[in-house]
Amino acid sequence: MNEFMEKQVKLSWHAPKKGYDVVIIGGGGHGLSTAYHLAKRHGISNVAVLERSYIGGGNSGRNTTIIRADYGIPEAVKFYQRSVELYQRLEEETGRWIMHKTKGMLKLAHSEASLKTERARALMNQAFGSDTVFVTPDEVKEICPQIDLTCGGTLPVLGGSYHRTGATARHDRVNWTLAEGALQEGAHIHQNTEVTGLIMKDNKVLGVKTNQGDIEAGVVISNAGGHVSTVCGMAGLRIPIRTHPLQAYVTNHFAQTFDPIVASSDLLFYVSQTARGEMLMGAEIDRQPSYNRRSGFDLLQSCSYRAGLLLPFLKSLRINRQWAGSCDMSPDYSPIMGKTPVENFLINTGWGTWGFKAIPVSGEQMAKLVATGKTPDLIAPFSLDRFARDRTMADRGSAGTH
Amino acid sequence: MSLQITCPHCGTRPIEEFTYGEIPHVPETLTDLDARDVDRAFMLANPEGETTEAWFHVYGCRRWLKLKRDTKLDRIVE
Ligand SMILES: Cc1cc2nc3c(=O)[nH]c(=O)nc-3n(C[C@H](O)[C@H](O)[C@H](O)COP(=O)(O)OP(=O)(O)OC[C@H]3O[C@@H](n4cnc5c(N)ncnc54)[C@H](O)[C@@H]3O)c2cc1C
Ligand SMILES: [Zn+2]
Repeated sequence: MNEFMEKQVKLSWHAPKKGYDVVIIGGGGHGLSTAYHLAKRHGISNVAVLERSYIGGGNSGRNTTIIRADYGIPEAVKFYQRSVELYQRLEEETGRWIMHKTKGMLKLAHSEASLKTERARALMNQAFGSDTVFVTPDEVKEICPQIDLTCGGTLPVLGGSYHRTGATARHDRVNWTLAEGALQEGAHIHQNTEVTGLIMKDNKVLGVKTNQGDIEAGVVISNAGGHVSTVCGMAGLRIPIRTHPLQAYVTNHFAQTFDPIVASSDLLFYVSQTARGEMLMGAEIDRQPSYNRRSGFDLLQSCSYRAGLLLPFLKSLRINRQWAGSCDMSPDYSPIMGKTPVENFLINTGWGTWGFKAIPVSGEQMAKLVATGKTPDLIAPFSLDRFARDRTMADRGSAGTH
Repeated sequence: MSLQITCPHCGTRPIEEFTYGEIPHVPETLTDLDARDVDRAFMLANPEGETTEAWFHVYGCRRWLKLKRDTKLDRIVE
């Protein structure tokens, strides 16, 4: 465990038990949230989260923390809207400060096609309970005075959508809060514990093999982030996931307040301001699939150029840090949650570049699935068998990044 | 610097000129014909480590080539 974390959360150390009712592979936000909700909502606390490194060391500690529900298909809007609401009350529920802040989010359109997309998004969001409105260039300027509406004379802003409930929260605090909540209820979290295989009998999972020994399990849930294919491979299960790196970076302190989150799919980048005043930026995934978490100059150069067209003040800032995470990309840009053809083996994956916002709701719904044995309505459209049923949930425009 | 791919026709070129293609491989153990179709359409090996893949030289000779890459290090092996 790293020192800084130890001060934040009293992660008590337990010797691993011989077995648990539920074993969760991966101590990212989704795994921790599932453990938290199993214990809090359903009294199921004979649960272990197995993390091969330290909790939040994967994408849940590497993301740009955008929370929003302005998705492009009804099933997704309803699902993410639930998460936006759960985030809004997580501080009250846990008594922990996650630095949640509602900022509002602008999605800009610089072409007729994008304008149509954003208009449709606003109407569709309103119909399914998410707070998004269509805005004109003048309104864009009012919401974010720093924007150059001509975009350096190259790609003028024609309008966009404004998602008023768009928010951010501190990722580490979210992870630790959920970990602490789960521990308080009696769940175990084992760090430095890598799952190396599954104990199987026919088509049934009976437990996990780890570098710390074997552990029996009633149910095993894979929450292994970008490494999900490897974990599913242990169960002989093939899944439609490809792992791509996604990079992000922050600048030094910007002395003005920059309120909203701003994104542009025509310019392929998004930006927000951190609590420290840094400008936090990201773009698209790296083109080739890989598990490498190297970040490079290519992205800094291309993304900063595009960002500088829209927000000229960025040109006077310097880049302080950059990093990357391994994203589990699904072919339809929607998550994959729930049962699999392997008995007692559930998966929660396909979070790609947009799963931080879903940490509360996915944990809540996966916990409900484990407790009741039935797939909850909210996540039924996102089950693995949708591919065989020809019911993919294509939502590229909204999920693309962040 | 970004990765370089050596094309048998055009020589060593930056990876940005190529598009990636996975070589599909439906497992022999899968015998049900419908299941084989679903696997062929959607399922991926997504291996961690060395793997053989196909790349299309889209901004070059527009031909496919095969290479071996280590996906953990993101390095071309051969
Ligand atoms: C740069 C970047 C920016 C992003 N920005 C946003 C954003 O703005 N908004 C948003 O909503 N989402 C964003 N995301 C996506 C988001 O971070 C992820 O979707 C989310 O964190 C996934 O959480 P997880 O718990 O599934 O995976 P992770 O947090 O990656 O956790 C998986 C864990 O499993 C562990 N593990 C893997 N294999 C094993 C094994 N065999 N045994 C034991 N443990 C194992 C790993 O060590 C890891 O800790 C971003 C991602 C990146 C990389
Ligand atoms: Zn060529």
